[in-house]
Amino acid sequence: MLTFLLRRLATMVLTALCLTFIVFYLTNLPPNLEKLAKSEAGSRITDTEVESWLEKNGYASPLLVRYGEWLGVVPGWTHEADGVTQGRCIERGQDPETAPRYCGVLQGDWGFSTVFKDDVSSILATRLSLTGILMAWVMIVMVPVSLIIGVMAGMREGSKLDRSLSTFSIASTATPEYVSGVILIAVFATSMGWKVFKGTATSAMDEITFENFFLPVITIALYGIGYIARMTRASMTEVMTAQYIRTARLKGVSFRNVVMKHALRNALIAPFTVIMLQFPWLLNGVVITETLFNYKGFGWTLVSAAGNNDIQLLLGCSVVAVFVVLVTQLISDIGYVILNPRIRIS
Amino acid sequence: MDPLSWTGSLSVLNPIMIGVAALLALSVIAQIILSLFAPEPSVKVNADGTLIARGGMYGSSEKAVRWFFLALVALGLTYVVAGVVMPMGSAGIIGAISKQLTPVWGSLIVLFVLSLRYKRRLGLYGKLFDSSIGMIGFGIVMFWVFTAIFSDFIVTHDVLSQVSGMKNKLPGTPTPNGEGWYLMGGDHLGRDVFSRVIAGSRIVIIIAPFATIFAFMVGITLGLPAGYYGGKLDTGLSFLSNLILAFPVILFFYLLVTPEIVQTGMPQYLGVVLFLFPIIFLMVLVNSRFYVVPARRNVMLLIIGIVGGYFYLSFVGEAGTRVSVLPASLDVIHMPGNMLIVFVSVVFVNSPTVFRIVRGIVLDIKTRDYVAAGQTRGERPWYIMIWEILPNARGPLIVDFCLRIGYTTILLGTLGFFGLGLSPESPDWGSTINAGRKLMTIAQHPAIVPALALMSLVLGLNLLADGLREESLKD
Repeated sequence: MLTFLLRRLATMVLTALCLTFIVFYLTNLPPNLEKLAKSEAGSRITDTEVESWLEKNGYASPLLVRYGEWLGVVPGWTHEADGVTQGRCIERGQDPETAPRYCGVLQGDWGFSTVFKDDVSSILATRLSLTGILMAWVMIVMVPVSLIIGVMAGMREGSKLDRSLSTFSIASTATPEYVSGVILIAVFATSMGWKVFKGTATSAMDEITFENFFLPVITIALYGIGYIARMTRASMTEVMTAQYIRTARLKGVSFRNVVMKHALRNALIAPFTVIMLQFPWLLNGVVITETLFNYKGFGWTLVSAAGNNDIQLLLGCSVVAVFVVLVTQLISDIGYVILNPRIRIS
Repeated sequence: MDPLSWTGSLSVLNPIMIGVAALLALSVIAQIILSLFAPEPSVKVNADGTLIARGGMYGSSEKAVRWFFLALVALGLTYVVAGVVMPMGSAGIIGAISKQLTPVWGSLIVLFVLSLRYKRRLGLYGKLFDSSIGMIGFGIVMFWVFTAIFSDFIVTHDVLSQVSGMKNKLPGTPTPNGEGWYLMGGDHLGRDVFSRVIAGSRIVIIIAPFATIFAFMVGITLGLPAGYYGGKLDTGLSFLSNLILAFPVILFFYLLVTPEIVQTGMPQYLGVVLFLFPIIFLMVLVNSRFYVVPARRNVMLLIIGIVGGYFYLSFVGEAGTRVSVLPASLDVIHMPGNMLIVFVSVVFVNSPTVFRIVRGIVLDIKTRDYVAAGQTRGERPWYIMIWEILPNARGPLIVDFCLRIGYTTILLGTLGFFGLGLSPESPDWGSTINAGRKLMTIAQHPAIVPALALMSLVLGLNLLADGLREESLKD
């Protein structure tokens, strides 16, 4: 188990390094840097001025060195002009002697956002907490509903209940967030349908009410429900045909007890993995839904960072996104091993 | 001209329609509740060999559902048929739309009649017509395919022309020049929503299946050797595919499809690599089969090389961009705007998943006896992979293919929703939803109509996949 864990962790670190390097490379391509220079130093500067600006701000060194600086394993750049030493790790007005040599993601210095004029780490902290609230509500709605649907559909395969619930799950997986969101807003938040909810969730950032938060939560949950329910159903039907269930039925255990006491526990192992692996998908949904409902969380930040060429913030967002994906993968693997005693890691 | 109502002179049917629909909903709910208490078999066999249907409350609810459903379908068909027969405008918006769609209805009827007539000779495709879910899904998918084919005849107005008086007008509003109606209303620039949705179907129907086919070719070409040989190759390729899978899709789109990165030619270089795989796949396919007849093999390889190579160069290259090999006069495939980039990114996102599926199936199949028999006969590895293993993996692959087209459609919509890739005035569904959602409080139809179109296509593909899975599991 320990070697398994260590190997998984090593792969995880390697994957994270590769992915952040790819993002770093793509965001630091010359046209992006040129755009950054123009937006920071004035849009009408000449090409030579762009180059000197880039050199002054440490963008002239080779890509790998810059990646190392950003990561915090290579000393930050320093630049001396007119007797004033500027540097990556030297804050304005700080004495260059007292400044740390390394300042990167590993040291907790995530950079400065050019759009929001704030530290990336503090932006990400507030945004992530907002998205965390949204995700928590999504999970509270999505997991029980999808498990109930899946178990009910799977306990009697081929029954009318199974067919209707399966059709519902197929329909919900066929409805991406931007479709369901638009339809839900039209039906529940405009003059066309009933005006019971609000079409934006901007006010939910201060105070969450049923009125402003129900639609975004339902929009994200709806897309996930179908998928998890189908997985639960598949696992439930498999368990219901197992020998020990037949034995229990033949002993005279009632159908309700067979489902509740014998089948349910084994049938819920597979959906656990699926729910954990749903996180990356939820991330997608979160970005779409937050944009649609104008809820300024992590997804909204990602979109505005990418749209405004905010390199440091975008890098920070991608670190978080990659981290979430990798950690959920790890948890789902470990959880699967713990839940299912039949699997042994050699 | 007067504005059109939804059903026009057929509105006498509306109360009946609503009544039947309500009764159907009631009986379905009743049946579900009753099914929890009902005995198992619905048909019993008597001792003398006759059959008896289940009676009682449950049996009658079953019958009620069937008859109400048939009545509802018949009523729905009445609207459509009456719309086609009656003059334009007298059967309301629904009638006018179904009149515009006449070529689609005709093609659908021909297709279904022929398919049902010869279904026993058509293999898995014919078996699809044994499952009602599969048939419904197939019908919806083919509806959109035919709509895309005939879209030039179906559209009522020019897709890009803006009529100033028609901004955000409701469905059925007549145009100021009195030549017709905006059947689904006008959008925020005064363009016809109905025509745009119809024209948008063509973009989806062309890109989604092709991108999926390309993703499958990449996934199969890499997945077969990874699963078959295993070892270092497998470890390397799996790591690579996990890398791409761990990358949030939207972030990837944002990074790859922004104008700055397009300038560097990055997506085109990616296309240069990805689009090589179909040619490699076809060459390996032919080479493994005709290795023993070198003369024939050489001719076929030459043909694939020349024809495929020409299309390849014409596909990835475009005069005036970073990758321009062929001069404009020889370039047959012109990808408008950023379509190539959209295409490349969708293929790139899909292929790792296909790779994983193929690899998994190969790992399972290679332990079978017929593979061992092939190895004993001295068949070469690529022959075994392509001609022994791949045909036996077709069931799950076909099902996944249908699901993946749906997923690709969703991805295309996502790209459009964020305003990435295709040009803003392009009528594709994602961009139209994006344009419409910003004015949801004023007018809802510009966003809802493309949203429903996209949903119905994906739903059709999912139902089709479900039907195929059911039927392919039967044998």
